[in-house]
Amino acid sequence: MSVETYTPQAFHRQAHDALGNPQIRANFRQAMDGLMGKRRDAFGDWDVETLRELGANIRLRALAKLPDLLEQLEAKCQANGIKVHWAEDGEQACEIIRGLCEARGAKRVIKGKSMVSEEMHLNAHLEAAGIEALESDLGEYLVQLNEQTPSHIIMPAIHLNTDEISDLMHAKTGTERTRDVDYLTAAARQQLRERFMAADVGISGVNFAVAETGTLCLVENEGNGRMTTTVPPVHIAVTGIEKVVEHLRDVAPLYALLTRSATGQHVTTYFNMISGPRKPEEHDGPEEVHLVLVDNGRSAIYQDDELLDTLRCIRCGACMNHCPVYTRVGGHTYGTTYPGPIGSILMPHLQGLEATKDLPSASSLCGACGEVCPVKIPIPDLLVRLRKEAVGEGRGNVAGAGAKRNRSEVLAWKGFQWLATHPGAWRASTGIAGKLRALTPAKLGPWTDYRTAPKPAATSLHALVKRHRRDAKQEGKS
Amino acid sequence: MTPLKLYPPKPDKVYFYGTCLIDMFYPEAGLDGIRLLEREGIEVIFPFEQTCCGQPAYTSGYHDEARAVAEAQLALFPEPWPVIVPSGSCGGMMRTHYPQLFAGTERQDRARELAGRVFELTEFLVHVCHVRLADKGEPQRVAMHTSCSARREMGLADTAPALLGQLAQVTLVEQARAAECCGFGGTFAVRHPEVSAAMVEDKSQAIEAAGAEHFVTSDCGCLMNIGGRFEHQNKSLRGEHIASYLWRRTS
Repeated sequence: MSVETYTPQAFHRQAHDALGNPQIRANFRQAMDGLMGKRRDAFGDWDVETLRELGANIRLRALAKLPDLLEQLEAKCQANGIKVHWAEDGEQACEIIRGLCEARGAKRVIKGKSMVSEEMHLNAHLEAAGIEALESDLGEYLVQLNEQTPSHIIMPAIHLNTDEISDLMHAKTGTERTRDVDYLTAAARQQLRERFMAADVGISGVNFAVAETGTLCLVENEGNGRMTTTVPPVHIAVTGIEKVVEHLRDVAPLYALLTRSATGQHVTTYFNMISGPRKPEEHDGPEEVHLVLVDNGRSAIYQDDELLDTLRCIRCGACMNHCPVYTRVGGHTYGTTYPGPIGSILMPHLQGLEATKDLPSASSLCGACGEVCPVKIPIPDLLVRLRKEAVGEGRGNVAGAGAKRNRSEVLAWKGFQWLATHPGAWRASTGIAGKLRALTPAKLGPWTDYRTAPKPAATSLHALVKRHRRDAKQEGKS
Repeated sequence: MTPLKLYPPKPDKVYFYGTCLIDMFYPEAGLDGIRLLEREGIEVIFPFEQTCCGQPAYTSGYHDEARAVAEAQLALFPEPWPVIVPSGSCGGMMRTHYPQLFAGTERQDRARELAGRVFELTEFLVHVCHVRLADKGEPQRVAMHTSCSARREMGLADTAPALLGQLAQVTLVEQARAAECCGFGGTFAVRHPEVSAAMVEDKSQAIEAAGAEHFVTSDCGCLMNIGGRFEHQNKSLRGEHIASYLWRRTS
């Protein structure tokens, strides 16, 4: 499937297709089971709750001071020789990055993993300007070869199994068909290594931007992040404005939470702290370092004291790994840059509720996401808040609020309200339902495609309790 | 994680909130819950004007409607007695979401006060009644499905298994991925029927694969979902609300 095929508007159709695809089902189930197990083992006997509390507080403190911290970050970065750019939306961020590339006459860009660059469709923008953008994270590289988008924010190619990857690499790069993962990885490494050397510009994301020191932290496992940020003469880091933290000491707990929550690792293979371009006495590193700070709807979220919690996210992906819906339908079904629970609370802000109105309801509110979130984002509460916005009973702070409101549903809930606030009528209706139970339809929409229809009981609890009291009274008399 | 909660001593009287699903579809489970409490020497008050906690409207985003329904329930429990709810879902609604729903309104204090004395049935039997059960049933292999709201919203993953563990003839088997949602989720099953179906399919298979002869749950939404799936496939495996199971085997 090509990039454009998946949209949030088509969630139901895409879910139907994914559920009917045994390969997708098996790939995700196996991968998510593995990731859940790794997370559990990685935290081991740690006091996870205390650590999550600490993580949440660090993020809350950073968000509380966000405007000041961003200014401090800008000043510190500039003092370190990093040029700072501000972008109101994705389009503007793309323009800035294209401008930086063109100023250097760059034709070849190598990219480290960056979800915000996916969010703003940077690759398409650069390619339209005649600049080749190549992904260097292995998963991103495969997804790009397959002309797809990532299906997971940490493991972009998690929807593909070894056979599919082998076939893909064979078709696109001429490698041998094999299940030898080491061979495939070595082949990709060789292919990428040549491109790193030839790249004019390296573009990376940022995991934590430290305001007090002007340090950009980058968490990765493949070394591609380090290559991207040190080999080409220009490094452009791009990040959402919410990624800032106040102190350097804030990074350690967040990093501990991030790696354990994401992949169950105690540490990643690489942890990069970028504090500026190459100094005169240094032998490597880029000549120029830029930081592009992207808003793209984030400051609007920031205005709402509930929705603000969305911005705590450190992009670990644990919520999707533990989501029973994501596990079954996979990432592409959501049709958005960020899939799964975090996507369902974030994408309505980026794309509006008109396009994303089916996402907040695509959850059984089982709470598994909120339970594992390393920074304690109340995801289920935010899903409910967005449902409320979607049906037009919220504060109207989200674009497209009210998009899901329809007359028949409003009437149904008004009817429910009336019945549930008129106990006499309620009892009468359960009584009638019980008397007419033989007439209960055997087919109740899609429910009965997989389950039998529930039958109203002949006698309601209200009536049973009445009888129970009468029996007790009589027993007392006799 | 179970939040630290201080439990009161066993009271003389409690309110019983039956829930709408029990009222309409599983009334015996409600009555069995009342019987279990009465057997502990507690007088059970069943406010006759009770209807529904309002959760279906709440989770659907219709909060004005949910608030109106919840407000009618708030008025049913004037005395400071505990309110016992045989459902983690409705219990979680009253304990966690009533205070949210009424925050900033004149009912705020009342909602908070009520939330502080709402107990799920198995929680109350274990932590307040310290119930002792004598099993009179035949040997049976049973799987427990703890609802997501009991497990995560109310922090009650252990109370139902603790009660079943007291039944000498019952072997509790654990299904794979026991903590995973069965796919009911209230209106979720209606809005996303295919995803919900895939979830209940996995859940029912896991229960069967664990070698269970029977399953119990403390939430009738899950019961309707998982039980309905078994019945649809004409399996002999059946489910039951834990109140009925406990009463049946110990009375």
